[in-house]
Amino acid sequence: MTYEDWFRKDRLPHIYCAGCGNGTIINCTLAAIDQMNWNKDETVFISGIGCSSRAPGYIVTDSLHTTHGRALAFATGVKLANPKLNVVIFTGDGDLAAIGGNHFIHACRRNIDITVICMNNQIYGMTGGQGSPTTPKGCFSTTTPYGSAESPFDLCELAIAAGANYVARWTSYHVKELEKAVKVGLETPGFSFIEAMTQCPTNFGRRNKFKEVLDQVEALKTHALLKAKRDRMIEQGENIPDDFFIIGELIRRNRPAMGVKT
Amino acid sequence: MRHEIRFSGFGGQGIILSAVILGRAAVMYDNKFAVQTQVYGPEARGGASMSALIIDDDPILFPKVTNPDIFMIMSQEGFEKYGANAPESAVMVLDSSLVHSRPKCTYYEIPATQEAKQTLGRDIVANIVMLGALITATKIVGEPALEKAILDSVPKGTEALNTKAMKKGIELAAQSGSKNP
Amino acid sequence: MTKIEFWQGNTACAEGALAAGCQFFAGYPITPSTEVAEHIAAKLPKRNGVFVQMEDEIASMAAIIGASWTGARAMTSTSGPGFSLMMENIGFAAMTETPCVIVNVQRGGPSTGQPTMAAQGDMMQCRFGSHGDYSIIALAPATVQEMYELTAKSFNLADQYRVPVFLMADEIVGHMRERITLPDKIEQVPRRELEKGVLPFHPNENLIPGFATFGKGHGVHVTGLTHDERGYPCTTNPNVHAHLVKRLVDKIENARTAIADYDVINPDAEKVFVSYGAPVRTVQQVLHDRNTEDIGFLRLRTIWPFAEDALKKFKNVREFLVPELNMGQIAREIERHVNVPVISLPKLGGDLHLPEELEAALVVNR
Repeated sequence: MTYEDWFRKDRLPHIYCAGCGNGTIINCTLAAIDQMNWNKDETVFISGIGCSSRAPGYIVTDSLHTTHGRALAFATGVKLANPKLNVVIFTGDGDLAAIGGNHFIHACRRNIDITVICMNNQIYGMTGGQGSPTTPKGCFSTTTPYGSAESPFDLCELAIAAGANYVARWTSYHVKELEKAVKVGLETPGFSFIEAMTQCPTNFGRRNKFKEVLDQVEALKTHALLKAKRDRMIEQGENIPDDFFIIGELIRRNRPAMGVKT
Repeated sequence: MRHEIRFSGFGGQGIILSAVILGRAAVMYDNKFAVQTQVYGPEARGGASMSALIIDDDPILFPKVTNPDIFMIMSQEGFEKYGANAPESAVMVLDSSLVHSRPKCTYYEIPATQEAKQTLGRDIVANIVMLGALITATKIVGEPALEKAILDSVPKGTEALNTKAMKKGIELAAQSGSKNP
Repeated sequence: MTKIEFWQGNTACAEGALAAGCQFFAGYPITPSTEVAEHIAAKLPKRNGVFVQMEDEIASMAAIIGASWTGARAMTSTSGPGFSLMMENIGFAAMTETPCVIVNVQRGGPSTGQPTMAAQGDMMQCRFGSHGDYSIIALAPATVQEMYELTAKSFNLADQYRVPVFLMADEIVGHMRERITLPDKIEQVPRRELEKGVLPFHPNENLIPGFATFGKGHGVHVTGLTHDERGYPCTTNPNVHAHLVKRLVDKIENARTAIADYDVINPDAEKVFVSYGAPVRTVQQVLHDRNTEDIGFLRLRTIWPFAEDALKKFKNVREFLVPELNMGQIAREIERHVNVPVISLPKLGGDLHLPEELEAALVVNR
């Protein structure tokens, strides 16, 4: 079996734009899942609304494409009612952190045994490029035409503070690391949160001086700072630039979890 | 025959529980019909506590108490708010240790709180003393029914105390007899 | 052996749900419905069911839909402000044909209104509150007995028609304690599982598809987007959308006679009360006190789909009188169906109509 066996082939091709990073993240996720020896019949993908949330529709298992921001609340019902099911959520920065922010922190607090893959493209892609809670300060979108004036959320810090058992961040460039992080997330009982920074050439890149798709991927790569290196830099009193973000496994712990298969 | 009973006192006396116990006695052990209602909300937490009960031999249609004919009053404020206008045809059982006014109807003076504290050692059972007196004054339910309903409703380990309280109320009502204005 | 109890309406509601096999409850505290959640929180875990207090009513509604897709009988309870929050995912449940039960112990609105006082102001909201066209089923209990029976019935209707079912109670019925006779057994009509080889949203002759329970190998895709019979999004084909939405409405509206639950009293009368929920009790008192057959009464237990045929049972009717704890929501629905005057008798503020108020309405010369 390969990860391709998980695709709902009669639904392909997908709706993602050329150069979109979501496909990469879906592939990494399915590659990790494929190593879990999970039964397709006992695996459920759940999502909210947005580009990321179309992913479950391309996967062959039972899937629930819900309302904007609410995927985690639906998933809580699925997982608590039948803990035998493996539950994986695809979400995006707008879906998870804006309209779904309250459900996010409470799902972390309950530490419910699900794995959440957040495709963070720092923009509302589906609706045509509006600013989101993770749009960096100064970046342009259709609703921040003079540059975003607001401070963005650090979703991983939020998940850690709220109680998730496993939190990691990678990018669409770091495919091997991302796949591995998803696998660890799937294996860890409790709430696992994997944030995948990704490019959106159509709506973020072209408004923010990334002429080519690869320019934005390159920017993700050069602004990603490994946690170990960040820790070393802090130790040595080095300055970490504001536009850098931390990648790697950010927490792995064993708080009591809900909905764990017995 | 429809009887409408109004209970009032202050929060913590078990006014609502009294109505629930009496309703339970009527329904579960005297094969009658009953509807219990109360005032909810923040107003119910301080000041005068109120509950209402209808007991009837037939199914109860309109469920609200509008013309009570029986009153169980356990505080002066409760009397002023819910008991002062009792019609002359009504019967009122009042806790004479706490209620200073007297109604225009037939009434029973039951020093329930005082007896509960001094004779029974726990003022918390004053409402049960009052219930014992109430059924003696009105025959609204039988004594065995009331006793069973009390035992259903009180915390484990307090059964003997509560039975004693009920009997005390029966005794007090029989001794004092009714008074008329 | 039948058993007598002296229960609060909200307790009876919770017990009715348990008797009907409710396995999942998600909710959020709100007056005057909280006792339903509290009672279920105490009882459900002991029956291997799940109770979860969610972060809000949006999440509560989402969680019961999720639980329902695993095959569980699922329920939530709330009141006005929470009901408003649930509207989003109620629409999702209607669109995805997810069986679920929503109890609304109505209080005075709009907004925070009167938390501890009764109203029937959400009767139209339960019918039309989420965006788009769809149909639902709504029942209204007038006694503690009916809090039990109609809650249990709601689960069967939800599973049978694959639709959100609303128990539209009110603070009076929810909070009062009264005598209830428990039936020996509650009949459970199970959900029809999707047959292998049939598309997951392909309906049967009653316009209802089989249910593709998660975890049973159906590989179903469930979406709130307009979808074809495969369950796949299909959002720009006008025919697919029209066909789907018409079926969502027709599967309920075509079954209105089967779903209807009402009593017709004194069908030859010229003046006829129509009532549901707590005001039923006042109408019953008025009829009982008059002890004549000159006043008719249509007592509704099913509110939606509206049992318009029931109105036609009163052949000599000259006017319908409709006491409601709102500004005339169902009176307006009745007006749509009849050619005689419909007199709305609204009562706001939380108190029930008094018998003398309805008596007075009868003698007004119109």
